[in-house]
Amino acid sequence: MSEESESTTHDAPVTGASSRPVSIKAVPVRHPWRWVGSLVLLVLGAMLVNTLVFSQTQQPHQSGSRFGWNIVGTYLFSSQVLHGVVITIELTVISMVAGILIGVLLAVMRLSKSRLISSVAWGYIWFFRGTPVLVQIIFWFNIAALYPVLRLGIPFGPSLYTVDVNSILTPIVAGALALSLNEGAYMSEIVRAGIISVDEGQAEAAHSLGMSRLSALRLIVLPQAMRLIIPPTGNETISMLKTTSLVSVVAISDLLQATNSISAQNYDVIQLLIVASLWYLAMTTVLSIGQYYLERHYARGSTRELPLTPMQQLKRNIRHFKPAVTPREERMIGADHE
Amino acid sequence: MSNAGSTPMVKAEQVHKSFGSLEVLKGIDLEVAAGEVMCLIGASGSGKSTFLRLINHLEKLDAGRLWVDGELVGYRQVGDKLYELKDKEICSKRSEIAMVFQRFNLFPHLSVRDNVTIGPVKVKHQNAKAAAERAEVFLERVGLSDKIKAYPNQLSGGQQQRVAIARALAMDPKLMLFDEPTSALDPELVGEVLDVMRGLADEGMTMVVVTHEMGFAREVGDSLVFMDDGQVLERGNPKEVLMNPQHERLRSFLSKVL
Repeated sequence: MSEESESTTHDAPVTGASSRPVSIKAVPVRHPWRWVGSLVLLVLGAMLVNTLVFSQTQQPHQSGSRFGWNIVGTYLFSSQVLHGVVITIELTVISMVAGILIGVLLAVMRLSKSRLISSVAWGYIWFFRGTPVLVQIIFWFNIAALYPVLRLGIPFGPSLYTVDVNSILTPIVAGALALSLNEGAYMSEIVRAGIISVDEGQAEAAHSLGMSRLSALRLIVLPQAMRLIIPPTGNETISMLKTTSLVSVVAISDLLQATNSISAQNYDVIQLLIVASLWYLAMTTVLSIGQYYLERHYARGSTRELPLTPMQQLKRNIRHFKPAVTPREERMIGADHE
Repeated sequence: MSNAGSTPMVKAEQVHKSFGSLEVLKGIDLEVAAGEVMCLIGASGSGKSTFLRLINHLEKLDAGRLWVDGELVGYRQVGDKLYELKDKEICSKRSEIAMVFQRFNLFPHLSVRDNVTIGPVKVKHQNAKAAAERAEVFLERVGLSDKIKAYPNQLSGGQQQRVAIARALAMDPKLMLFDEPTSALDPELVGEVLDVMRGLADEGMTMVVVTHEMGFAREVGDSLVFMDDGQVLERGNPKEVLMNPQHERLRSFLSKVL
């Protein structure tokens, strides 16, 4: 509370009209609790480093670090784990691409003027959002119990082509199908939010140029909606990467299934969970970086100046030997050159 | 003004339009000759903008008939029967009528050049390079050739509206509709937009302009229409109508605007 008494002492001297204003000299506000907080965090950080790196295992008849980092190292790049990583990436990419396509289609259907079409989209979203994705995965895995053979032909008429469902719906196809259909329901709401956020005048201007509704959507509305669609889609992709681990219940050898099957043999459960977690973290990091650049791409025209990428920032700092420049200053520098 | 005998560019007969229970247009009869500049004035809610939007198929008319360049708006007449136009036919009609909006409605994700070329390239399937060259000509004409690479939100309101006019011109329209083109602008930016419009009028463009700029209406307009409560109350030579208004309603409107 000592600041109060000090605060009255810094009346800035009033200078003559001609001279430059004298900048204010004042005692800054003190923040003692920040120091306390920092100290607590520092101690907690030191404890974390200690337990992760330096502490020894508590298990009898064993030696080495508590977390068994040497075991983590052994399995991190083992072929079984790497194969699991590939499966996880494949499932994520397929499910997200299909999910986004289904999502765009459903979003357009929901915004349709036809009550039937928008109700169908609403029903789809209601169903696939309303049941657990784990249930859906197991359902598609067992679909052959309901439909052993798939027939293509005239509805209620003769079939022209039949195929054994189990032969085409392998576990990985069933997993990808379940994840895609589920993701489509969530993506459609994200896309719809993006579309309705774009000012109606945009579609009107496009129509007045003679664009069809589809062209206006594709060329004018969706590109602007992307700015709103991308952040939650990045979220969905990262979420999907981890949701793919659910397919391990139907014996697909994804990353988690790979590490689980290893630990089932050697009982190093924690170490192999760490292996899996490190891979998931690495993959989500890559996705986050990708999202940053995608957002930057679609920010064209909406922010006056694009912020520099970290690489551009680094290059600039090296070139100029000076601290970071804000985009506003950057623009002023740019204006000088013109 | 209107040379008798030739087809009027716009002809309205007893045009009615309602939104729900609200009747916005209560039987409009109007004619705009080719090359004519018609200014529509009136209080907000009098139906001026709605009438403009009907001409461009942005709204559907409920009753009456509306022709643009001799062709029915929204319908095809075969014998006594009317057939609603397909989306594709409406699109092709719209591409011949340009519209300039109060709030510019430039496409913010596209550069100034792409704003001007997107119509010709995507709708009229012009060659992209030729369209870009033509865009430069139109931007030169509205005095913005130095902003060709800029994005809309880097421009002032007046500049944005001039880009919107260049975008409209790039479609080679036979008719241009202006929906309060200067109402969203700072007062000192109004002049630059009106100058461009005056230039278009001098070159013989057919224009229907909803405006509150009485000076523009008097100097550039060939005819002036005062709308009130969904009806045309007065129409004629702008100078005469403004100097000597017949209706009390127009007199009180002008006393507020001028």
